[in-house]
Amino acid sequence: MSFLRRYAQNVGALIGLAILVVVVLVALAAPVLYPVSPWQGVGEPLLGPFEDPAYPLGTDLLGRDIAAGIAYGARVSLLIGIISTAVAVVIGVALGALAGFYGGRVDDMLMRFTEFFQTIPAFAMAVVLVAIFSPNITSITLAIAVVSWPPVARLVRGEFLSLRSREFVQAAVVVGQTGPRIMATQILPNAISPIIVTASLMVATAILTESSLSFLGLGDRNMMSWGFMIGAARTMLREAWWLSVFPGVAILVTVLAINLIGEGLNDAMNPHLRGRKG
Amino acid sequence: MKTLEFLIQRLAKAAFVVLGVVILNFLLIQLAPGDPAAVLAGEAGAGDEQFIAQLRAQFGLDQPLYVQLLSYLQNVLSGDLGYSYRNQVPVADLIMERLPATLLLTGSAFLFSLVLGIVLGVLAAYKRGSLGDSLIMTGALIFYATPLFWVALMAVLVFSIHLDWLPPFDMESIGAGYTGWARVMDIAHHLVLPTVTLGLFFTAVYTRLTRASMLEVMNLDFVKTARAKGVPKGRIIRRHVLRNAILPVFTFASVQAGQLVGGAVLTETVFAWPGIGRLMFDALMQRDYPVLLGVFLVTAAVVVLVNLVADLLYRFVDPRIETAG
Amino acid sequence: MKPTTPLLKVDNLSIELPAGFDRKYAVENLSYTLEAGEILCVVGESGSGKSMTANAIMGLLPSYLKPSSGRILLNGRDLLVMSEQELARERGRTVSMIFQEPLSALNPLMTVGEQIAEVMLVHGEGDARSRDERVLELLDYVGLPDPASLRHSYPFRLSGGQRQRVMIAMALALEPAMLIADEPTTALDVTTQAQILELIRRIQRAKGMGVLFITHDFGVVADIADKVVVMEKGLIVEQGTADDVLNRPQHPYTRRLIAAVPHPDESATRAEAAGEPLLEVRNLQKTYRSGGGLFTRPRIVKAVDDVSFTLRRGETLGVVGESGSGKSTLGRCILKLTDVDGGEIRYRGKDLVPLSQAAFRPMRRHLQMVFQDPFASLNPRHTIGRILTDGPVANGVPMDEAQKKARDLLALVGLDPSAYDRYPHEFSGGQRQRVGIARALALDPELLVADESVSALDVSVQAQVLDLMQDLQKKLDIAVIFITHDLRVAAEVCDKIAVMYRGAIVEAGPPAEVFNAPRHAYTQKLIAAIPGRHWNPRAAVA
Repeated sequence: MSFLRRYAQNVGALIGLAILVVVVLVALAAPVLYPVSPWQGVGEPLLGPFEDPAYPLGTDLLGRDIAAGIAYGARVSLLIGIISTAVAVVIGVALGALAGFYGGRVDDMLMRFTEFFQTIPAFAMAVVLVAIFSPNITSITLAIAVVSWPPVARLVRGEFLSLRSREFVQAAVVVGQTGPRIMATQILPNAISPIIVTASLMVATAILTESSLSFLGLGDRNMMSWGFMIGAARTMLREAWWLSVFPGVAILVTVLAINLIGEGLNDAMNPHLRGRKG
Repeated sequence: MKTLEFLIQRLAKAAFVVLGVVILNFLLIQLAPGDPAAVLAGEAGAGDEQFIAQLRAQFGLDQPLYVQLLSYLQNVLSGDLGYSYRNQVPVADLIMERLPATLLLTGSAFLFSLVLGIVLGVLAAYKRGSLGDSLIMTGALIFYATPLFWVALMAVLVFSIHLDWLPPFDMESIGAGYTGWARVMDIAHHLVLPTVTLGLFFTAVYTRLTRASMLEVMNLDFVKTARAKGVPKGRIIRRHVLRNAILPVFTFASVQAGQLVGGAVLTETVFAWPGIGRLMFDALMQRDYPVLLGVFLVTAAVVVLVNLVADLLYRFVDPRIETAG
Repeated sequence: MKPTTPLLKVDNLSIELPAGFDRKYAVENLSYTLEAGEILCVVGESGSGKSMTANAIMGLLPSYLKPSSGRILLNGRDLLVMSEQELARERGRTVSMIFQEPLSALNPLMTVGEQIAEVMLVHGEGDARSRDERVLELLDYVGLPDPASLRHSYPFRLSGGQRQRVMIAMALALEPAMLIADEPTTALDVTTQAQILELIRRIQRAKGMGVLFITHDFGVVADIADKVVVMEKGLIVEQGTADDVLNRPQHPYTRRLIAAVPHPDESATRAEAAGEPLLEVRNLQKTYRSGGGLFTRPRIVKAVDDVSFTLRRGETLGVVGESGSGKSTLGRCILKLTDVDGGEIRYRGKDLVPLSQAAFRPMRRHLQMVFQDPFASLNPRHTIGRILTDGPVANGVPMDEAQKKARDLLALVGLDPSAYDRYPHEFSGGQRQRVGIARALALDPELLVADESVSALDVSVQAQVLDLMQDLQKKLDIAVIFITHDLRVAAEVCDKIAVMYRGAIVEAGPPAEVFNAPRHAYTQKLIAAIPGRHWNPRAAVA
């Protein structure tokens, strides 16, 4: 209850939530709003914005509707953003929990492994992975997951490490609970709020990475995406600015909304003035 | 003695990462759909039977896997990053030729974003709750959410196409034949847009981080002590808060060095900047895998080196570090 | 000289709390005076508002707290109406302050010399050379060794006591007329505390300063106070000379606090426990290694060094020592929360040391623990019911049986049955500690390790929890290892006392013997350092 109230007090977080709801609705409704494939030319080529009320955001060189492209692009962005984050969180929580709980040599090995993945340039690695395994939605999602789990692992390890030595966890050991049970019922519930906050911010980063990949031509050829639209319009910047401006605004607004939500969650879950007295 | 030990330890770690990337590259070649030899040849070279045969022999591709790994390691560690059939030059030469441009771009973007980010973050924290604070933090929030490549395109649209203030492409005016100081100024002129567009995202990151770190330090007990001593507010910020708050920003910035190099791929693509990021993009277009993997390895090596230097510098800044670890 | 204006006069001071707190004022209608050359102790439990005035004097109140009425007159000038600049001029020059936690109170990135010199620098006092000289003089004056090299040290290199001495040197730099000390010895070991108290008293006498000393510990009050102010829930309940308040307390709250001060009951003799030994610890060894690398040798600390003792049912062994003595490690070794490097821990004749965690787990229910921090020892996301049933369920007790037992236990430790469905944050520290005791008892243990189980509690709550533990122990006939830093508490509740120093038991025996005729030099030092040992709180409220 009080969590919802605290979240609702944050204006930015509410705006973010409202925007995200709109983006999700547009993504869901895309096939209804635009029954014709976004790859299909529907109007005159290179219509400027508002020149033809049927195509308020204009058309591209092949007469494709920019608005339709943006609607379909929302599906790809959200899908990849959420799934890649989910995969990264699962990997990160598993490795981080083991490292933080068992410590010692297990911790050393897992953290060396994590550090390795954190050091190498994430985006360059994503590019190489997608290029080698040929761009499709699976390879893109997995590549983003592979480059984004290390921060989760480090975060979870830190939480587990500090909670591990807390007295209530020691108490669980003393009353005879087993290791896996302690991890699942004592530690994880207390580490969940920073994980949720990080995950929400990771969705935003994943959307940015996906758009960057498809900007470079590493998008799924069968799915319209915002990054692809900008990449394809790059050479026509001088003649048709709207081709790259609107998809960019779509990315900006969506990522901004998710960041606002993440910050709202953070503020609501970790109120700074929470006293020790209940 | 302690510093030497630290140095050896960090060098070992750096070597471990570079070696790891080489092995990763090897695994990617093996795991890629199709014949490893074709991957090593790149799309352009895949049709040349003789070249393929030569690669098979060089990398022992008909031998057991561990022999292949050893010969791959041997080749790469002796400086042979493969051959770009497409460009008809060794990959290492290609990369070395392009590396300085990338270092110039990423280096200036790093300085730009770190300096601006810290200044803005400190200002925002100092004037917490003011209009200036709100403006800075809103700006940071927006640039934190903006795709790099799009900022670059929009900058070109506004500053090159519409206002015609700054050049949109290349590192210098082709064919102008500038020398000496004139050439430096010309390159600097070309450097402005790529630096700013690459740096803005990171400026946003450092601004947010600096502000948060400042506010955290301001709440620590020793700041209370300083007030109890009668130290005026300005001096408290300068002498007590700033140093303590900036250390974590530096640490984070050095960890982020890899992100900056990744961002350079996008920036260089937009601005046709003749660095290894642009090289990577071209290699992507041409499916020139040896170049792609080579660039990946070199960027990783550069990042490792930056982290190493940062770690060493950090030792001099923070007196507590000697006893830790 | 006219005997008119006192050094400090707090006049009808009220500080309002923002909405949402359990009371309207942080402090209400405070009035007291402090004369030059006098030590005034403000004493109270947590939440009494005892630190509020100190922070108000220094202008260090958090931004949401504002004095709503009253005056604070320092040498006749009202601090509450001064501008920030005027206040900054007074701070450090007329009035200085030292804090509870000397490590966090010092800037980690400035040398101690720089931090001391800064006081003079910001007040425009002297030049670089004269300030340097003054720093050396001050470091020497507060009894720090080798000032010439110590001034270049960073705070993390110093011990807790040394850091507090640095804080004191800093406070003295400009010879202020008044010093505020906010629980300055609470974070320190008892022997260090005695030295710091001695230092403060010496300086106060030599300089004729007025000292406002805030503490929760009546023992400390008895040692240094000239005048005492007792606070409860934001109000002054009693004030007067130290002799009056300590020996003839009038207000019931003061009397209750003083009655709760732990004091060894010298008349009591305890029956020698007989029967089979329950726990025999033989030559126990535990070392910690830290650091170390290619060229450096690791630092080896003997946390537990050749410790042996025997414990029978119904017996309480007090393990007393300062921080770093290894007393907590000993407790953790016995419960196998940490590995052991050598020796035996025989429980009913069976050596626990060679057992694996999995092999030991079924035996855990016989050996339970009560933890120190009532706020950290209960999982904030579990209900009290869940916390009490987790253990029995993990040991194969059916759920409904465990639940019934949990409800019985709540009654046993004096908690309301409604507590079962509530969460830890709804309870006070003392109540939580009762839950912690109930959790340990849920498994019907034969041995209880209580690690500093009452140290985090206010003195009146501490007395109640101690009573409960003694009561339950008698009722259930269990053996207790009572680990504490407080010799007074140990002497009050234990049958035997073992004094630990640097990992080893240096002296053991019945409390009266250890207390009255300590043989080992360290025990003698420890007992000499007990605050207020010349004052008998029992006589005061008899």
